[in-house]
This record gives sequence, C-alpha cells and structure tokens, in this order.
Amino acid sequence: MIFPNTQATTYNDTVVRQFAIMTVVWGVVGMLVGVIIAAQLTWPELNFGISWLSYGRLRPLHTNAVIFAFGGCGLFAAAYYVVQRTCQVRLFGEKLAAFTFWGWQVVILLAAISLPLGYTQGKEYAELEWPIDILITLVWVSFAIVFFGTVGTRKVRHIYVANWFFGAFIIAVALLHLVNSAAIPSGWFTSYSAYAGVQDAMVQWWYGHNAVGFFLTAGFLGMMYYFIPKQAERPVYSYRLSIVHFWALIFTYMWAGPHHLHYTALPDWTQSVGMVFSLILLAPSWGGMINGIMTLSGAWHKLRDDPILRFLIVSLSFYGMSTFEGPMMSIKTVNALSHYTDWTVGHVHSGALGWVGLVTMGSMYYLIPRLFGQKQMYSMKAVEVHFWTATIGIVIYIAAMWIAGVMQGLMWRAVNPDGTLTYTFVESVKATFPFYVLRLLGGLLYLGGMCLMLWNVIKTATAGRASTVTIPAAVAHA
Amino acid sequence: MSDFTSNFWSVYVAAITLIGIIACLLLLWFSGKAKAMTANDNTTGHVWDGDLREMNNPLPRWWVWLFIITVVFGLLYLVLYPGLGTSAGKLGWSQQGQYEAEMAKGEKEVAPLYAKFTAMSPEDMAKDAQAMGIGERLYLNNCSQCHGSDGRGSKGFPNLADNDWLWGGAHDKIKETLVQGRMGNMPPMAAAVGTPDDVKNVAHYVLSLSNSPHDSLRASLGKAKFGACAACHGMDGKGNTALGAPNLSDDIWLHGWGENAIVSIINNGKVNQMPAQADKLSEAQIHVLATYVWNLSGSTRVAAR
Repeated sequence: MIFPNTQATTYNDTVVRQFAIMTVVWGVVGMLVGVIIAAQLTWPELNFGISWLSYGRLRPLHTNAVIFAFGGCGLFAAAYYVVQRTCQVRLFGEKLAAFTFWGWQVVILLAAISLPLGYTQGKEYAELEWPIDILITLVWVSFAIVFFGTVGTRKVRHIYVANWFFGAFIIAVALLHLVNSAAIPSGWFTSYSAYAGVQDAMVQWWYGHNAVGFFLTAGFLGMMYYFIPKQAERPVYSYRLSIVHFWALIFTYMWAGPHHLHYTALPDWTQSVGMVFSLILLAPSWGGMINGIMTLSGAWHKLRDDPILRFLIVSLSFYGMSTFEGPMMSIKTVNALSHYTDWTVGHVHSGALGWVGLVTMGSMYYLIPRLFGQKQMYSMKAVEVHFWTATIGIVIYIAAMWIAGVMQGLMWRAVNPDGTLTYTFVESVKATFPFYVLRLLGGLLYLGGMCLMLWNVIKTATAGRASTVTIPAAVAHA
Repeated sequence: MSDFTSNFWSVYVAAITLIGIIACLLLLWFSGKAKAMTANDNTTGHVWDGDLREMNNPLPRWWVWLFIITVVFGLLYLVLYPGLGTSAGKLGWSQQGQYEAEMAKGEKEVAPLYAKFTAMSPEDMAKDAQAMGIGERLYLNNCSQCHGSDGRGSKGFPNLADNDWLWGGAHDKIKETLVQGRMGNMPPMAAAVGTPDDVKNVAHYVLSLSNSPHDSLRASLGKAKFGACAACHGMDGKGNTALGAPNLSDDIWLHGWGENAIVSIINNGKVNQMPAQADKLSEAQIHVLATYVWNLSGSTRVAAR
C-alpha cells in the first residue's frame, strides 16, 4: 500500500507554524493569568467580588493554559516538526493534522470560557467537563494517528530517540486522560467521577503525577533530544544512556503518584511503594539531563555567545534540580514538612518555568525563524534579554517559595510546652506576605520576557514568509 | 489489613513491586554490558536529518551507582516498612501507630499541667493567666475560623462575647456544647402559621417583641398566630436554651434582621450546626477552652444578671 505522504516532496510545516505561533500566544495568556492570581494571593481584594475573576476559578485557568495551551501547542509543534525531519517523510494524514490544530484550539477556548464560569470536574489538571474531555480524546487519537503514521511510513531505518519520547508521551497521556476523566454525566456541564473516596484520590494522583511525567517530562525530553544536538551541532552524548533512562523513566513514573497522598487515608503500603519508586526515579530522570548537557562536551564555548543554546542548557539544569528535589520531597519525613506549603508550589514552578518554559522557548527560537524562511530571530539581542529576565524571574520565584514553604511548614508544626500550637494559621499567612510579593515580582519578570518573545516572533514572522522545505533524500545506512 | 479482598492480591502487588524494581537493575546491567554497533567515530553510525548523530559513550559510573543506591535503599525500605502487600515491615511502623504514639507522648507531657486546671473552678481559672493563655491559643486554632478572633461571630455564627446563649451560657453548658456539638433545627413553619399574609404578620409580631421597627397593625394580627412558634420560643418569645431556640425579644439576629429575613426563616426553616470537638480536643483541653469562652463575656455577665 502506498501512502500519499510518502510520495510528497515537501514537509508539512503549515501545522507546525500554526502550533508554534499559538505556543507563544498562549504562553503570554497563561502566564498573564498566573501573574493575576499571584497578585490575588498577595492582595485578595483583586478578586473584585466578581465570581468569574475569583482565584478559585482563575487558578485552573492558569494551570490549563500554561500546561495544555502553551506546553501542549509547543509539544504539537515540536513533535510534528521533529518526526518529519527525523523520519524524512511528510506528515501522515494531512486533514487529520489540521484537525488536531483546530480541535486543540477549540478545547483551549472552551476551557477559557467554562473554567471562569465555574464548570469543573474538580480534578486538578483535569478540570474540564466531559463534553470537552471527549473532544480532547478525539484530538489526541488523531494526534496519535498522525504521529505514529508518520513514524510508520518513515524513510529512515532507525527511529530517532526524540520520537521514542514523543511516542511514549502520546500513548501515556491518552491512557491517563481516559482513565482519570471517566465520569458519569448528569447534565451537559456536570458529571460525577467513576471512582469514589480514596480510590478516586489515587486515580487522580496517578494521573496528576504522570501528567508531570509524560506531558511535562517525556514530551519535552523529546524536544530536548532534537533541538539541543541541532543547536549545538554535536552528536547526542550516549545512545546507551538514552535507552536505559528512557525505559526506566517511563516505567518508574507510573508508580510515583501515591507520594501526593502521604499521611492520608491511602493505605500505608501504597504510600511506601509510591515513595520508593519516586526515589528510584532520580537516576532515570538525571539520565536525560546528563545526555543533554554532555552533548555539549567539546562545544562548551557555544554557551557564551548563543542565547538559544543557553535557554536549552539552563532548562536542563532546572530539570536536574527539580527532579532531585521531587524524590527528596517524596520521602515521608520531608513530605510531612513540605506538604500543603508553598514549597510544593516552588517545586512545581522550578520544573514548569525552569524546565518546560525555557526548553520550549529555546526550541521555538530555533524553530520559528526556520518556519518563516529566516536565518535567525528578528532580534537576537531580545532573545538574550529574554533569557536573563526569565532566569532571574525563576530564581526569585522559587527562592521566595522555598523560604515561604519551609517557614509555613515549621510554623504549622510548632507546638508550645502546653501542647497548643504556637501559631494560628492566619499568622503563617501574614508571615508569607512578603514572599508573595517577591513571587509576583518573579512572575512579572517571566511574563515580561514572554511578551518580548511575542514581539520578536511577530517581527520575525512578518519579516519573512511561510517557507516550504523540500525533503532531502534519505541517507542509506550501513 | 482490609486493603486486600484476598491474599492473592497481596502477593500479586508484592510480586509486581519487586519484579519492577529488579527489572530496573536488569535493565541497567544489560545496557551496561551490551555492545551496540559503533562506527569508528564513536557514533552509532545512524544519521538523521542531515547531521543528527549519536555517540555511544558508556554510562557514567557515578550515575550507575546513584541508580543502584536508590534501588538498594528502596528494597531495604520495603523490608523495614509496610509496602509489600500485607507485610507490616520489620519495624512495625504504621502512620496510625505513629500518630497515636505522638499523641500519647504529647498528652503525657501536658497531663500534669492540665491536672492543675481540671481541679479549678471556672472563676479561679479565669483569673489564671497561664490557663487563659492556653484557652486563647486553643480558641484561635479551633474556634476563630467561624466565631472570629475576637469571638464576636458573624452572620450564622453566634457571638460568644455577649450574654445571649442559644444553648445556655453556664460553664458546664458551654462544655457540653463543645463536647457533643449542637444541631439547631427550626422546621419550616409556614403551614402551621397559615397564609403568606399570616406569615408576614407573625414576622412583624416577632419584630415587635424586641421593639424593632414594625407595622403594629400586622404585629397585632400576627400575635394570634404566634402560638405555632411558642412551643419552642415560648409565649413571651424569650426562647428556650434546652432546645437551642433563640430569644426573639433581645434584638440579636443571628440569621439576619428585618421582615424578609424572618419571613424566609418561617417559610424555609433553618438548620445550623456546631460541630463536636470531643474527637479533636482532650477533655482537659475542653475544660480550659470552655472557661476561656465563658470568660469572653465575663466583663458584662454580672451587669446582665
């Protein structure tokens, strides 16, 4: 059977371009909402008494926008670009690929409307109601067909490592979404989870932690495995390391969810298993960081004058940091202090702003000029400034949350000799105030960098024009 | 352990966990050993997209050891702590056990201190700065969420600093409220009162009881229908602390003041709960806390009598 995509002589970059542009647009939107809710936590009056502006509704909007709109579009763009380049074949399923773009944008718009209106399944990172869940499923299945169809019709014998990670990400997210969002509808905008009690909590955090593991880690590692060697013009450090850490990572992540439920109604044995596998996850996670950073060996000097490479490499440093911090926080005694505090928020953002954000920005700075027939971004100076504002913003943000979190944990557990708690809850809130101001400042810097990126992208896109790239002849392997 | 419906699942879970961990080691072992095909430039010889290649450097030694250490730690942890199915672990630790041990230790430490207060009368305890300090901290951490830091309450949450008590303001009554909680329940009374107009009239009669602004014509018509309310609130409307029925004549309006608020309560009834604290606080703590709450209205108590 001959598939039409194998006959094509050019790559399908239209859908890549669309996703790449929307990555930057949704990045600005999602981070703006983040800054707004950071301000609301500092000054609750900023809720203005308007229900759809209240923190409880904007918070899921922020998480959905940055993870699924910004991160999601970035992953679609990267996966579609990388799978074509490394398979040296046009994208499988022309119309299906277009559907994934428009379908995904509709999902995001529906989220942006339904969440402020208060429609939610009440499951963290899976808030969207069941009709939207069905649309997500359709888009995701199409994504899988396009991606695996392209891999299946490749002109290169070996499957490049980035595609393993994209493939694992697509399959696992489909599984996670279907299982966790299983619900019994009780109307167009309401439903009840298919699970009850602690089982529901366990399914939710199996989903929640694997959303981190597969959406925010495996997917972006796929991005890293293409754009770092490309930008550094160096071969990947170790094929062998990539095999071990790939299999160990995707296997071990699946077990780690229970660490979100330490000291709860979850049985002791489940908590222990979750903690043990979270610790074993440390080395597989670091495998990716080592492979990415060591790819630079022999080319370290490039970090000095290439801001794009700096984005990519610093993102790996944050990845290494947060994947060290994560296993530590999964240890019961540490978790007893860190759980429910802003330390968790700091941890998530060192991964989200530091790893996911920076690697996406670096990859888009590589990708966008090429998609518009340009050699580089309109202003490399702006890329440089973006790098520094973002990095300083992250450092301020996570340092503030670390201090605030440890302080809250210590205040909450402080006990007087008479057995009463030393501090009331509201005293810990009051003590956190300066750190909330600092966090807002960090967030503003990060958002500022993103706005600069949007300007730079618009300038680059309008200066160039959508280019069509011819597929080079496949190199025969020995 | 009731987590497993049969021993099969316990063995199943334990086996899968161990196999999973050992599989990680095997993966590490074989990948370290396996000789992938290597071209003379130390790459695998594969090329993608023009210039993408992979070298085949060995696994970093320190990284391999890091991996092995976490696996060994994990296995040891599962031996020592509950983790493998129904295995309780060599240390016999459980989160329930840890909680109980810590609580018992804490209670033992503070027991002599509280013994002193348990023997005191509320009047004496109210003069004891240490006891009131403890009472205040207990109050701020357990009560202030609803009743406010100053005890003055809010709509639906009774003011504890005045002399109006739904269930009685004596020390032992407050203690009873803390221990077992209270469930205030006024059933919808519209049917018993009569027509919607009757309900309105009764509302104005209720307002008249506290000399609040009211329509005196309606109030006089409502008086006749007030019998339906008198069973709980008394003929004079002064309430009944045995039932938690509020005094209607003191111009204190827990659920809102005015014709609309009263009509709504008559029509819909009201259920309002104070949760029991017996599971959260020890008897001795409740004794001290009750004194603190009792003392909140201490400055005005005598005058009110």
